[in-house]
Amino acid sequence: MKKPLELQVNGAVKTVEVDPEEPLLYVLREEFSLNGPKFGCGLHQCGSCLVLVDGEASYTCRIPCASFEGKKIQSIEGLSNGDKLHVLQEAFFEVQAAQCGYCVNGMMIAALELLEGNSNPKMQEIKSALNRVICRCGTHSRFIKAVKKATSSNSNL
Amino acid sequence: MHLPNTDRRTFLKTTGQFLIGFNLFPLLNCSPSEKDPNILQAYSGIPERPHGGRDLIDSWIRLDAEGHVTVLTGKKELGQGIRTALIQIAADELEVDIQRCHIINGDTGQTANEGYTSGSNSIEGSGKAIREAAAEAKFFLLQLASAKLECSLEDLNLSDGTIEGLQNKKTSYWELLDGQYYEKTISGEAPILDNKRHQYVGKPIPRADILELVKGKAHFVHDLRLPDMVHARVLHPPTYGARLLSIDKAKVEALPGVLGIFVDGSFIAVIAEREFQAVKAWEKLKESTVWEKPSINPLPDRLFADMRSKAQKPEIIQENPNISEKLNNSPIRLKSAFQRPYHMHGSAGPSCALAKWEEEKLTVWSPTQGVYPLQSTLADLFQVELTNIRCIGVPGSGCYGHNGADDVSAEAALIAKAFPGKTIRLQWMREDEHQWEPYGSAMIMELEAGVSKEGMIQAWDSKIWSDSHSTRARGDAGHFISARYLENPFEFKKGGFSGGAYRNAIPLYDIPALNLKLFNYDGPLRSSALRGLGAYANIFALESFMDELAETSDMDPFTFRINNLKDERAIAVLEELKSKTNWNAMGRSGNEGYGIAFAKYKNTAAYFAVMAEVEKDPERKSFKLTRMVGVIEAGQCINPDGIINQTEGGMIQSASWTLIEAVKYDEHGFLSKDWNSYPILRTNDVPEVEVYVINRPELPPLGAGEAAQGPVAAAIANAVFDCTGTRIRELPITAEKINW
Repeated sequence: MKKPLELQVNGAVKTVEVDPEEPLLYVLREEFSLNGPKFGCGLHQCGSCLVLVDGEASYTCRIPCASFEGKKIQSIEGLSNGDKLHVLQEAFFEVQAAQCGYCVNGMMIAALELLEGNSNPKMQEIKSALNRVICRCGTHSRFIKAVKKATSSNSNL
Repeated sequence: MHLPNTDRRTFLKTTGQFLIGFNLFPLLNCSPSEKDPNILQAYSGIPERPHGGRDLIDSWIRLDAEGHVTVLTGKKELGQGIRTALIQIAADELEVDIQRCHIINGDTGQTANEGYTSGSNSIEGSGKAIREAAAEAKFFLLQLASAKLECSLEDLNLSDGTIEGLQNKKTSYWELLDGQYYEKTISGEAPILDNKRHQYVGKPIPRADILELVKGKAHFVHDLRLPDMVHARVLHPPTYGARLLSIDKAKVEALPGVLGIFVDGSFIAVIAEREFQAVKAWEKLKESTVWEKPSINPLPDRLFADMRSKAQKPEIIQENPNISEKLNNSPIRLKSAFQRPYHMHGSAGPSCALAKWEEEKLTVWSPTQGVYPLQSTLADLFQVELTNIRCIGVPGSGCYGHNGADDVSAEAALIAKAFPGKTIRLQWMREDEHQWEPYGSAMIMELEAGVSKEGMIQAWDSKIWSDSHSTRARGDAGHFISARYLENPFEFKKGGFSGGAYRNAIPLYDIPALNLKLFNYDGPLRSSALRGLGAYANIFALESFMDELAETSDMDPFTFRINNLKDERAIAVLEELKSKTNWNAMGRSGNEGYGIAFAKYKNTAAYFAVMAEVEKDPERKSFKLTRMVGVIEAGQCINPDGIINQTEGGMIQSASWTLIEAVKYDEHGFLSKDWNSYPILRTNDVPEVEVYVINRPELPPLGAGEAAQGPVAAAIANAVFDCTGTRIRELPITAEKINW
C-alpha cells in the first residue's frame, strides 16, 4: 500500500513512504510535523486544513497526497524568514487577530492567496476571500483588519 | 508519565527548593522529542510539584533562584486571553518585569482546584487569588529584605525584584530566597498595590500565544505528539439511546494499520498506527454495525407545546403578593412570549484528547474547562483513587461552555484502559461534534408587565420554560456521554436544574413588584452550559420586551431604560452608547433600522449596552445586520484589548446564533451534522463591530466574557422592528418571519 512519494513542503523536498490515497493533511501533520493545517470537518466546508499549493489555497483533508507531487506546498510554518516575520504574520499579531486560534491557519492561507494576486484588495474582496474559513469565536472583524493592515504596511507580500 | 509525588512532606524533604519552573507545553519534560522541530523548548526550571492548598502563596505564585516568576491558576486558557491577564496582575503586584513571568494553567498535578473555567469568573476568582498571593509574597520578601538590609520597610525601594535599602545596600527577591522553601499562607493582610502604580494592568499587553499561533507552533491538544502514540476514533451510536445489535469486526481488523477494536456494550472505538487509518476504520465500522434505534420525541414542530404541557411544577424563584393588583392598576399592560431553539457550541476544531494508562495510573491531556472535576469524574468511571489520575489541561479549539471536551477525554481514557502502555490520541469527527455535544437548551420566556402613565415600570411577571443549562461532569460518570453506552452503563442523573435557566431573568431595572417562575423541562436533546446559559434567551426576551414597553409608552428606548434604572454604572453605559452612536442624530428616512439593548451579566458581572443597525431590502424581502456598537464596563479593566477582543467575539457569535442558528433533528436523529446543515455566520455576513470600554480602575474587576450574548440578540430584534415593523419573538430572526 505504502509508496515513496516526493513532496515539496515549504521549500524543502522530502521523500515519504505513505499510502498515496492518504489525504495530504495527515501526511503534513504526521510526516512533516506541521501544526498549521488542521482537521476541522473533513468535508471542505471549514477551511481549517488549507495550505497554499502553487500559490492557490487548497483543502487538504480529502485530496490524496499523491496528487500534490511536483507541486509547491506552503504552510504558515514556512512564512517567516528566520526571526523575521512575514508581513501577514506581523499584522495578525499586531491586530491580535485570534481568540482560540484554531482558524488562524485557514484565515492566513486564504488571505495569502488573495494577496498574491491582488496587493490592494477592497474590503469586499477580503471578506469574500476569508468567507471559506469557519471561525466560531467571532474574530472575523480582526482578521479583516489584519489583512487590510498587511496590504497597507508593506509591499513585501 | 509518573505522577508528581503528592505527599508534600516527602516532596519538601527531597527538593528543599522554594520555587520551580514549568513548561509552556506541560508534558514535554516527560517526552523529549528532539526530532520534532515544532516542539517548544521547555523552560528549564525546578521540577513540577503539586500545590499545597489554596491558602498557600506557593499554590499561586512561585519564584525561582534564577529570576523567573511562575503564576499558577486552576483556570484554563480558552482563547479568552486569561493567561496574559493573570500574568499582568501578578507582574504588577510583585512589581517585576512581565518578561520574567510564566504561567501554568489547569493541571491536577500542579495547580489549585478552581473548579470549572466558566461563568466569566476567572478574573474575579483566580485573578483575586493571584493578586493576593503575589502581594503576600512581596510583603514577606520585603520583610526579609528589611531584616537583611537593616532598615525599615519604608526605607526600601523595589524595582523589578531588586530591593534597595539605605546606603545603597541592595538585595533581590532571588537572593533572599536563596533556594529556600518558605511555606507561607495568604493572610489577606498584605497591602495591595495602589492601582495608580500599575505598569501592566489596564494596558493592552499583547497575548504572546498569538505570536506562536501565526507561526504554526504547537499549541493545541491536537498538536501533541507523544512517543507510542496511536490514533483512535469512536463510532458513536446513530442517535440517542441506540443500542448495538451486532458488529462485524473482521472487515475492520483487516484494514491496514488497524491495531485493535474496543467494544464495551454500545461503545465502539478503533485504534490505528496513523490517523487516516483510524478514519478509514471508523468509516468501515459504520457499515459493519447494526443498531436498534429509538426515535426522538417530541419533534421540533411540537417542541414548544410539549415544553408547556410536560414541564414540572414550577419553581418559584421570586414572588410578590401584590403583583396582580399592580398589573391591574397599570394603565399600560403588555404580555409577550419569546422562544429560543436549541443552539450549538459548534467548536471549529473537533474535540480531541490524549490518554495513557501505565502502572495502574492514568494521565489525560485534555481541553477540559475543569481539570479537577474531570479527575473526580474519571475516578468514578474507573473506580480508582483520585491520586491515580492526573489531568493536564491543554488548549483546545474554542468551547464556549460544556462542549465535547470532557466526553472526548473520558473516551480517550476508556480506550487507553483497554490498551495499556499506549498513548491514545482520540479526535472526534465533525459529525461527532455536531451531534453529540450538549446543546444550549431551547426555552420559552413569557413576560407580562405594567407601566405607569409616566413610563415607570410597576410590575414584571416572568415565566420561563427550560431544560438544564448545566449537566457538566462533577463526579458522576453518567455525565460522560459514552459512560451511558457501556455494557455496565453509568446512569445519567440530571440532578437539580441549575439557576442557569433563569440567569438575568430578574430585570436590573427598578421595579416594585417582581414574579419569576421556572418550569423545568426534560427535553428531547442533550443540553448543558452554552456561553451565558439562560442569560442569552432571558435578556433577548427582557430587552425585546423593554422595547415593546417603550414603544407602547411612546418613549425613546434609551430614555425609557434610563428612567427605570437606579444603578449609576448601568446608566453610564447607556449614556456612553447614546453618545458614541450619536443616537439623536441618527437618520431614519431610508431602509435602516436601529435597536438597542442592555444588561448587567448575571446582574453581578459586567455592564454591556449595544446598538444594532440593520438594513432592509424590501424588494428582495431580506435584511442585513450591518453594524453593531457596544459599550462595556467591567470595573477595573485588566487588559482593554482582551476585553474588546472577547466582546467583539461575543457580539459576532451571538449575532450568528440570533440570525441563522437552530439545531435540526427528526425522529430518526440529528439533521445538523456539519457546517452546511448547521451554518454559522461567515465573513461575508459579519457586521462591522465597534467596542468601547469604560475603565474603572478603582473598582474590582468584573467578569466580561459572556456579557454581550443576550443584549446583542435583543438589539437585533429591536432594530428589525424599527426597520420593518415586525416584532420577531421566536429565534432565529430570519427574513421569512418578517411581514413584508
